[in-house]
Amino acid sequence: MSRSLPQPEEIEPEGVRPGKPGPEARTVKTPPTVPIPPPRPARTRPGRDLTAPPWGFVVPALLVYAVVVLYPSLAGVAYAFTDWSGIGDASFVGLANFRALLDDRRTLDSVVNTLLLTVAVVVVQNVVGLLLALGVDTGIRSRSLLRVVFFAPAVVSPVMVAFLWKYVYNPEPTAGLNGLLGAVGLGALRQDWLGDPSLALWSVAAMVVWQYAGYSMVIFLAGLQGVPPELHEAAKIDGAGTWQRFRYVTWPMLAPALTVNLMLSTIGGLKLFDQVYAATNGGPGTASETLSTALFKEAFVYGKFGYSTAVALVLALFVAAVSLVQLRFLRAREVTA
Amino acid sequence: MNSVEHAKPVKSATSVRRRARYGSYALELVMVAVAVLFLFPVYALITLALKEPRQIADSPLGLPAPPTLHNFGNAWSSASLGPALVNSAVITALSLLLLVVLGSTGAYFLARRAQGLGYGLYILFLLGIVLPFQLGMIPLYKLVDSLGWLGTYQGMVLFYTGIQLPFTVFLYTGFVRTLPADYAQAALIDGCDHRQAFTRIVFPLLRPITGTVVILNAVFVWNDFFTPLLYLGGSDKETVPVGVFSFVGQYVSEYGLVFAGLVLAALPVLVVFLLLQRYVIKGFAGGLKG
Repeated sequence: MSRSLPQPEEIEPEGVRPGKPGPEARTVKTPPTVPIPPPRPARTRPGRDLTAPPWGFVVPALLVYAVVVLYPSLAGVAYAFTDWSGIGDASFVGLANFRALLDDRRTLDSVVNTLLLTVAVVVVQNVVGLLLALGVDTGIRSRSLLRVVFFAPAVVSPVMVAFLWKYVYNPEPTAGLNGLLGAVGLGALRQDWLGDPSLALWSVAAMVVWQYAGYSMVIFLAGLQGVPPELHEAAKIDGAGTWQRFRYVTWPMLAPALTVNLMLSTIGGLKLFDQVYAATNGGPGTASETLSTALFKEAFVYGKFGYSTAVALVLALFVAAVSLVQLRFLRAREVTA
Repeated sequence: MNSVEHAKPVKSATSVRRRARYGSYALELVMVAVAVLFLFPVYALITLALKEPRQIADSPLGLPAPPTLHNFGNAWSSASLGPALVNSAVITALSLLLLVVLGSTGAYFLARRAQGLGYGLYILFLLGIVLPFQLGMIPLYKLVDSLGWLGTYQGMVLFYTGIQLPFTVFLYTGFVRTLPADYAQAALIDGCDHRQAFTRIVFPLLRPITGTVVILNAVFVWNDFFTPLLYLGGSDKETVPVGVFSFVGQYVSEYGLVFAGLVLAALPVLVVFLLLQRYVIKGFAGGLKG
């Protein structure tokens, strides 16, 4: 310490500390006379943070998760390469299940249907949800009531909604939707909504949109409430019209809500089971068969457990791939927005 | 910052507001019309439930004249909704309890140990959101069967806790990360152990996200159909959606009876929703924003 004392004086250029003579600088370097503070808790190094919760906090959750999700999913992947029928032993058959999948009309139809259904639901549900949110997020008097009305179907069991819509789609000319169309003079539009193979899938999609458009609406509403009113005021002063304010102020600020909405509706669409099973059971023929209903039938109707888990694996890869791509794309958009 | 600079924006904002009032009436009309159209299936549901079979055949879309409550009594007894409601309530309540306890503690760990293995575990949990349950459906069925838990409450509670943990952990972890770590650390320095610091300091701070977790999971567990059909079908532990499914299958052409059953089955959820709708909507929105 004492040897280094003269150094600052020598190194420091003239005029840096005017009015502060050398001896004063020296006194700064002397050991502190104040008492040394007590040792800090070991929180400075995150790796050895003694205040971090111990493993006991996560082990119970991990155990349940491993038993219910991880182990069965891994076992499912293994079954996908066997010819297991649910009874007796399973033997390894390599990629035979996946090759069979490519020749299986029902499964291929269900892949196409799942994609069509998902795209239709994702697009329509989010467009409708956004329009509802924009309509409700204004000064209109009925806004709280409307929010409740549009959101209510989302809390009801999908199976019950499917049964209700089975009646709405009644082929009889005087009942349900057909009756309504007739009553308002649009009788020419009457259809056999679920019985017509070219319509069944879209009818199911409309039902799903009816149930969950309010759900999208609520998430968009949350996004809309995050838009600072000053931005709108500023845009108005700059002479921006309603459309311009939506396009350049509201829409970019809705990016996080859009990400959540698209992810949820896509994952939901790809996994859709209850509604299809209860409303059409995949019919007529395979017109509304989805991957979920197809693999359910392969497993529990035809007893092809190995094959059905191969279908499930395809579904899993589908969902994983689509959500990863979506997440990358949408998060990137959020940053630039 | 003088008053002249302020004058212009204030004036234009007022005039815009005045003009917007007329636009607002038009918008209100449009939105109400949309809502009326939207409610058509609900109109059909309620009116049919109040009609005798003959009247349904004569005038399927007309108002019930006179309305009858006959269908509701029949539906209540033949769908055995009472026991189903009890089963649904028990399974939902126990699953929620476990989800809140395991989800909040697990997420606390994952949020505070966000490096290395902790981060890896977090990703492992997130994987569960994407994995379709069908992939593990058959092995899990075998497992539940070998435990002798088919047709029991504990089988369903285990299933729902496991299947909803990823989403629950995801919601809780996001929330814990926004909380300062200092409170719990202060408690630890003051001599609390980790369990006390969590139950007394951290968990009470998690109340908003716990509300969201409870609401989202309650809606899912209460309404789930497929798993109870598989695990409870034919047992005396059937939940409301399963009970309704077999009831509808049995009386498929008797719309009055079937729809009365649907109304009764949906009523508990709808009543709870109407009472809590402010929080439900806030919770949905808040939870999914994070």
